[in-house]
Amino acid sequence: MAMVEPRSTKYRVLASHLGMLGFIVIILFPLLMVISISFRSGNFASGSLLPENPSLEHWYLALGIPYTGEDGTVTQPPFPVLLWLWNSIKIAVISSVMILALSTTSAYAFARMRFAGKGFVLKSMLIFQMFPPVLSLVALYALFDQIGNHVSWLGLNTHGAVIVASLGGMALHIWTIKGYFDSIDRSLEEAAIVDGATTWQAFRYILLPLSVPILVVVFILAFIMTIMEYPMASVLLVDTDKLTLAVGAQQYLYEQNYLWGDFAAAAVLSGLPITLIFLYCQKWIVGGLTAGGVKG
Amino acid sequence: MIRMILKWGALAALVGMALYLILALYAQQEFVFAMLFLVLTASAVFVFVNKKLYAHRYIFPAVAGMGVFVIFPLMYTVGIGFTNYSASNLLSFEQVKDNLLDRTYQSDSVRYNYELYNTDAGYVIYLEGKHQDLVSAPLALDGSDASAPALPASEKPAGDPLSIRDIIQLRSELSEVELLTEDGRELSMASLRAFAAINAQFTLHDNGSITDNQTDVTYFPDHDTGFYRSADGQTLSPGWTVNIGWDNYLKVVSDPSIRGPFFEIFVWTLSFAVATVVFTLALGLLLANLLQWDQIRGKGFYRTMLILPYAVPAFISILVFKGLFNQNFGEINLVLEGLFGIRPDWFSDPALARTMILIVNTWLGYPYMMLLCMGLLQAIPRDLYEASAMDGAGPVNNLFNVTLPLIIKPLMPLLIASFAFNFNNFVLIALLTGGAPDIIGASTPAGTTDLLVSYTYRIAFQDSGQNFGLAAAIATAIFLVVGALSLINLKLSKVKV
Repeated sequence: MAMVEPRSTKYRVLASHLGMLGFIVIILFPLLMVISISFRSGNFASGSLLPENPSLEHWYLALGIPYTGEDGTVTQPPFPVLLWLWNSIKIAVISSVMILALSTTSAYAFARMRFAGKGFVLKSMLIFQMFPPVLSLVALYALFDQIGNHVSWLGLNTHGAVIVASLGGMALHIWTIKGYFDSIDRSLEEAAIVDGATTWQAFRYILLPLSVPILVVVFILAFIMTIMEYPMASVLLVDTDKLTLAVGAQQYLYEQNYLWGDFAAAAVLSGLPITLIFLYCQKWIVGGLTAGGVKG
Repeated sequence: MIRMILKWGALAALVGMALYLILALYAQQEFVFAMLFLVLTASAVFVFVNKKLYAHRYIFPAVAGMGVFVIFPLMYTVGIGFTNYSASNLLSFEQVKDNLLDRTYQSDSVRYNYELYNTDAGYVIYLEGKHQDLVSAPLALDGSDASAPALPASEKPAGDPLSIRDIIQLRSELSEVELLTEDGRELSMASLRAFAAINAQFTLHDNGSITDNQTDVTYFPDHDTGFYRSADGQTLSPGWTVNIGWDNYLKVVSDPSIRGPFFEIFVWTLSFAVATVVFTLALGLLLANLLQWDQIRGKGFYRTMLILPYAVPAFISILVFKGLFNQNFGEINLVLEGLFGIRPDWFSDPALARTMILIVNTWLGYPYMMLLCMGLLQAIPRDLYEASAMDGAGPVNNLFNVTLPLIIKPLMPLLIASFAFNFNNFVLIALLTGGAPDIIGASTPAGTTDLLVSYTYRIAFQDSGQNFGLAAAIATAIFLVVGALSLINLKLSKVKV
């Protein structure tokens, strides 16, 4: 507690509260607006923040249910939003599991073992993870084109390709897990090894159970990052029913076919779960991000 | 024992599959990719068989993933930068040659008018030649006949020929029919009333040149430009991919229609990244300071509200802004018109478009800076502020003389990382403006709000021009910038391994 208090403190506190509340109102304006728009009827409707004639039209369409208007016209859902959401979740879950499994084992070796080239590999990983995949898209495209000629489930326009491609971005997670392993006392494992456990057993039965919290964090981090991945999926996936949400969502806002209201409902529907997961896990996520070092 | 068999069996199966892939790629002359998988398989076998490399087994999958999906594409991209790989020079020389030699044209000299009869056995085509008439074997004309013999005939089949209207109805089936004459010619439909012989378009000579049989022009393969070229400079498309050295880089420097946009975009990319870091840091630091302040209540509420922009998936919030800023029916312009009577052209005026991008990116990025600063501010001893308060320092003095000097060092690597991230902030541009409005007079797709990455992406993937070579050259330049930044970062953050 501060001991020296200027007299003007009361007013400064009040001003800070007002300033922050005002700022929050501005910051939340876009988000509240989208929720409001998703309940307005029609795609070009304007109005106040609280819609005068709330309509569930866009929500029906976002959930894939054809909507029958008051005049009897039936509107078909423009895009398979739920399918896109499912694609995104499927890809994100599978990649996160693979990323988690592979980065945990690597992090274990980096944290506990001594071997040739350890420092070099770790540092190179830090450097190379900063190269944006957008720039190598031509090469990645050619790579999956070639693989796809022989292994069809890994070719272009398959979810396999997107999942496998996400394995390139493990460096961040390896560093996060390694940092956690470093903070765990290694005497337990050493005792087990003295008692005849193999390295693998020491890892599997002693270190892993102790590391569940960080594994959850990394899984969530990897999950969110894969869900939000845009450039790679936009080049690798072509068919409408194969797209992920990140790639598909922009199709609502083409000049020629501007579906603002439908987009709003789809955005709230698909963005809300991810936002809630993020808010729920924010403490760990932030810790992981600052430990690993990079995100915009 | 069973474990051993399983282990070796699995290894053998994997190696077998890998070898199949490598051989298949090699057979298709994709040497680079065959090499990649050969190296990958060989190192995998080496690491998993050699007992001394036990520790490497743990890191192999991660390192291999990085190698195949980050480092290999990076090197491959640098390689493409030295070639003319593009939509017009997509194939290899062999593929171009085969493609050209497979081409055919329909002869003007060997040409038959024909009549179509519907007989009991099926449709029959009667060809009227100058010297010799031919008649085809009966055809079903339901898409199933591929080729049929055409034999010399002296008289027409019984009955009346079908009218031109019937022939039009059967046109697509007829166009698939190939008739083989006794002297080995192939005839196909040339028009609604005529069949003509199919000839090879090009003849290959021993010296590698090819002659167009229709025009009698000879083309020589030009391995400097990757095209077949005739004496008077005509080229045939498609071309093939050749190495052109530094030409792509020279083009960026010397071609005014590329140089102008490139430098404009480069300057904008730099200013965008710097401005983003400054704005988000200023806002984030201010908010973090307020949230650290003991007198403020309801910190949990503020904190949650303030990081909301970070929690919403970026691809959704960017698109939300795209809609809100829409010039005609966006809510932001409705509000502005109601308050001030103005409707700014957010997407067609370059300065406004850039302003909009900075507003959106600050909105997206300040929570991250705020969270970072909150972590760092907690580490500053409170008595420093007591001391400065005793000396009569105000908040501004505190900020510049106490807070900033103390947090700038640990913050620096994170700021550089943020700079590098925003330097390459592709998703923001791709989803918000797509680079629009366009730069006038540019020969490649280029926009005033394009960052170097999105510019590169558009050169490679947008429009008909698809110039992968040029895109890869610019990408290589960006690689150098990013590489330098991350090296500096590594030095500054003093990573301990």
